[in-house]
Amino acid sequence: MRSLKLKAAVISLLLFLLFIGAWHMATLPKESTSLAGASAEYAALMGKGAEKSGGFPPPLEVGRAFVKYLADPVYDHGPNDKGIAIQLGHSLARVGLGFFLAVLVAVPLGFVIGMSPLLLRAFDPFIQVLKPISPLAWMPLALYTLKDSNVSGIFVIFICSIWPMLINTAFGVASVRRDWINVARTLEVNPLRLAFLVILPAAAPTILTGMRISMGIAWLVIVAAEMLVGGTGIGYFVWNEWNNLALPNVIFAITMIGVVGMLLDMIFGRLQQLVTYRE
Amino acid sequence: MSTHFLLVEALQKVYPAAGGGTNAPVFEDIHFHIDRGEFVCIVGHSGCGKTTILNVLAGLEEATSGDAFMDGREVRGPSLDRGVVFQSHALMPWMSVLGNVAFAVKSKWPEWSKEKVREHCTGYLEMVGLGAAIDKKPAELSGGMKQRVGIARAFAIQPKMLLLDEPFGALDALTRGTIQDELLKIVQATHQTVFMITHDVDEAILLADKILLMSNGPHAKIAEIVEVTMPRDRTRAGIHHDPQYYRIRNHLVDFLVNRSKTYAGAEAGMFHDPRNPPLVRPGLDGERAPVLALPTGMAAPQLKQVINN
Repeated sequence: MRSLKLKAAVISLLLFLLFIGAWHMATLPKESTSLAGASAEYAALMGKGAEKSGGFPPPLEVGRAFVKYLADPVYDHGPNDKGIAIQLGHSLARVGLGFFLAVLVAVPLGFVIGMSPLLLRAFDPFIQVLKPISPLAWMPLALYTLKDSNVSGIFVIFICSIWPMLINTAFGVASVRRDWINVARTLEVNPLRLAFLVILPAAAPTILTGMRISMGIAWLVIVAAEMLVGGTGIGYFVWNEWNNLALPNVIFAITMIGVVGMLLDMIFGRLQQLVTYRE
Repeated sequence: MSTHFLLVEALQKVYPAAGGGTNAPVFEDIHFHIDRGEFVCIVGHSGCGKTTILNVLAGLEEATSGDAFMDGREVRGPSLDRGVVFQSHALMPWMSVLGNVAFAVKSKWPEWSKEKVREHCTGYLEMVGLGAAIDKKPAELSGGMKQRVGIARAFAIQPKMLLLDEPFGALDALTRGTIQDELLKIVQATHQTVFMITHDVDEAILLADKILLMSNGPHAKIAEIVEVTMPRDRTRAGIHHDPQYYRIRNHLVDFLVNRSKTYAGAEAGMFHDPRNPPLVRPGLDGERAPVLALPTGMAAPQLKQVINN
């Protein structure tokens, strides 16, 4: 088992080195064919022939961006120049708040819907229509009604997080084993104890799966939302660096988005393990 | 109202048909009673509604018509007075063994302290031989141990009556024997009133005072009530040395194999009063069925003895 892990790690490392190597080779500065006299001067004037015009940044340049931003992650030099930790912090705060509000609505509502076949049917058409709407499509409505770009971003996260949680909670609650409910009924367990001691633990793995999916979607959506609303956040950072044509910074930011997304997913994976029971 | 502890009168269950309308009743005209401290088994083929009857007594299901009374009160909805052991053990997998029993005990006595609940539960778990496994999760237990937890949970709330729905159906023969012995011991010690469904004829003879034989559904009825006339201090090891054992066993098997199909038909129409099903004692030798006035050309029913009380 350990040797399997080790082997996998070695192969991962090799793949990474191979990727960096290929990248490096592909972005080697092309030696400008020697141009004579006026031509060379003209080329220099046009900004050609110089090393930096190679187009896609080579790995070394991107590496420098990594070092630069990670060495000082929390500086704040005005609205367009903040450290990466601050930008990520803004994004995480938006995601956290939107997600938390979605939990507050989706889990109790899903519980009620899951308990009642009637409500499940009554809510179903709304859920089916609202679920496939891209969260960003809500943005104009949100901006118009909420009149605040930051709040609109949070609303977009809220609206995209709510559906997987709502559906999973309702499904989890509706499919709690009949036997367990019957045991509780023969014990004359009051509704509150039934909800918290039987149905909630029984449905918890399904609910957590819904939360994990929601969190994944929320992290995808926040980048796009921040590109639209601007101001702060990792999405805004990406857009800003694109406007600066600073591609190494963009690549750095993309990597950060991936790493944070992975960490979020790992956290929810752990939580899921905690509530999963073996039958 | 009579003085019987449990009284079931004219119970009938009709399930709605798939395309609207109704099916033929699964069972109808079910009358029986159980006295305090009695162990009653119900035997019959699948589909005769045994589980439905048990669920009605448990309050988990409603009969289409008819009534059940326990201890002078109508059975309406589930109650802590009736403990149920489910066929599929129905333990909550996220709770420990102790937690499962404690959940039941706290439901019955919410005012008890933690220590008192723990002590009470541990006592019942030790009674079923699980004193060492109280902190395990159900998933770590074998099928037989899980069913023991289910039994401990039902006994721990000290119900007036215990309802067992084929509790040993899913167990292998050896485990089943051991738990039957334990159940027998516990019931003999506590004089618990029990109503139990089983498919196992030997199990019924070992445990029961009376065995209700059901004819096949639809229109299932209680065909006969077999009284197990062997002394109450039976053991699984010694029971088959009793000459009564094979007579009772043959009677039951004969009913299940040959007579359960036709009982709702001619035989029933002629001689059967569902309000007062014949009480037979096949264990006692030399007692013949009383001679009924038979229409010519009709064979007498194979009854050893009929007592109409």
